[in-house]
Amino acid sequence: MTADVSRVHYRPEPLLFAAAAVVLILLALLPPYIGLYQTQLLIYGLIAAIAALGFNLLLGYTGLLSFGHSAFFGIGAYSVAFLLRDAGIHSMELYILIGLPIAAVTSALFGYICVRHTRIFFGILTLALSQVLWTLAYKFFWVTGGSDGLRVGRPTLLAGMVSFTGRDSFQRFINGYYYYVLAVFAICVVIMWVIVHSPFGKGLQAIRDNETRAAFLGLRIRRFRWVSFLISGTFTGLAGILWVPLNGLTTPEVLYWPFSGEIVFMTLLGGFRNFTGPIVGGLLFTYLKTYAVATTEYWQLLLGVVLVLLVMLLPTGIVGAISAAADKLRPREKSV
Amino acid sequence: MTLLETVDLSKQFGDVHACDGVNFTVDKGEFLSLVGSNGAGKTSLVNLISGHLKPDSGRILFEGQDITFAAVYQRIRAGIARSFQIVNLFDALTVFDNVALSIFSREGKIVKIAALADHDRDVRRETFDVLGRFELNGKSGVPAGGLAQGERKLLDVAVAYALRPKLLFLDEPTSGVSTREKTQIMDTVSSVVRAGAVTAVVIEHDMDVVFRYSDRIVMMHEGRFLADGTPEEIRANKDVANILLGAPLSA
Repeated sequence: MTADVSRVHYRPEPLLFAAAAVVLILLALLPPYIGLYQTQLLIYGLIAAIAALGFNLLLGYTGLLSFGHSAFFGIGAYSVAFLLRDAGIHSMELYILIGLPIAAVTSALFGYICVRHTRIFFGILTLALSQVLWTLAYKFFWVTGGSDGLRVGRPTLLAGMVSFTGRDSFQRFINGYYYYVLAVFAICVVIMWVIVHSPFGKGLQAIRDNETRAAFLGLRIRRFRWVSFLISGTFTGLAGILWVPLNGLTTPEVLYWPFSGEIVFMTLLGGFRNFTGPIVGGLLFTYLKTYAVATTEYWQLLLGVVLVLLVMLLPTGIVGAISAAADKLRPREKSV
Repeated sequence: MTLLETVDLSKQFGDVHACDGVNFTVDKGEFLSLVGSNGAGKTSLVNLISGHLKPDSGRILFEGQDITFAAVYQRIRAGIARSFQIVNLFDALTVFDNVALSIFSREGKIVKIAALADHDRDVRRETFDVLGRFELNGKSGVPAGGLAQGERKLLDVAVAYALRPKLLFLDEPTSGVSTREKTQIMDTVSSVVRAGAVTAVVIEHDMDVVFRYSDRIVMMHEGRFLADGTPEEIRANKDVANILLGAPLSA
């Protein structure tokens, strides 16, 4: 029997690309209308979205729940702080070019140890290793600044062509940095989209669904998981690199396990079985936390209640619930 | 020509001898059935050959190469594939993706990270071709978890078949389906396997199916081979009849 030729040619999804372009344009147009503070919040949100996007490659697509992704975020942030303090580097591009391999190597090392196990054992190993880094950052204060952390000034952008000194430098930095982070965010989304739709990405999903059968297709399970861990950690490391110039300071708090919990929270909030879930989750969580902190000193309690309600009422996250509702509204036979 | 040979292959679980010095050969092009009562050691033998279990002693030779301690992926590359007694699919992925994954893996394309899977025309063409052979073309976009049991059984075999193995083990391909579906499944599987010149070893309990489709039948009992022959020879074997009827073996 021969294959149906019309189906051999892949039909791209123009609606998907059009929607993504519209969202990107809207995000680019936002700053003049929302003011400086909201723009700053949105940068934090985009950075959180990058971290959650990376994290979800491991959770949503590989089926491994890490409780130690703060390690990679922190490694990214501290790499920038060391590059500034010890090498006098001010260029954002150099921070990324040097910080990314550092995050990748750390992820590769941690992953090499952690992917030998799955389920709770994997989670505990990631938690333990991230706590080692937190302890190092906390105790080796003569290197890391201890609990005081390390200050990071505003970097130059685009190979030194854009710098932020003098009058209105903060305003100019926020506006300029917003577009910088938005561009990096867009690149990250495209790269991750290609990864999860690649044969490798399909292989990860196969391993997530049925490890035994995946092995009997000839997939080298541990190697796939390790590469997934490496990419995931590197993305989260990039988020740390982008975050620290905006925050102006890195402390051991970014390496501490509750921050890993926040990355898990973001991903659950948006939905870990959707590509866009972690992006939405990262953005929403940033606003949720900011307003919770501003509203009550018991903000952790408030976030805890939200998490409990989320797991009970929307186990597939906000995007998961929306897409399930949309599917119900227009039932149709799916085709490839 | 011998494709597979096991030499004194043994595996023990506690006091139970799942395989007890089994010497098993499979010739190229055969459609062989492995029969026996529950606990006879059929699935254990397939698990040992496919790499799911490690033997306690003995050797496994495939095309003359010793694969006794080869990793599963090395056996797949050598040309051994299997389906499972309890359907083992990627339920959240579509029927199309289940089969396409096998082809990506076989072609060494599964490690590609910077290319879109759906853009690979060769893989898409072959996937639809395999799905067509197994009469699953109409279900290509459905998640595997949403298929009926008979279709799941067919897809399970299709996923293994798409690896283009030289030797294909099918562990109870008709279990859990209606009598009518059994014939449909076996007609499809046997015609596809024979057309593809694949050597097949089928574990099966339904003796009507076994006698109808097999070139050769091997009967196992308590981890050993009890009988080996053509369907006519096995039909005439008193020990086989006694085992099937629960009667004692002849002295």
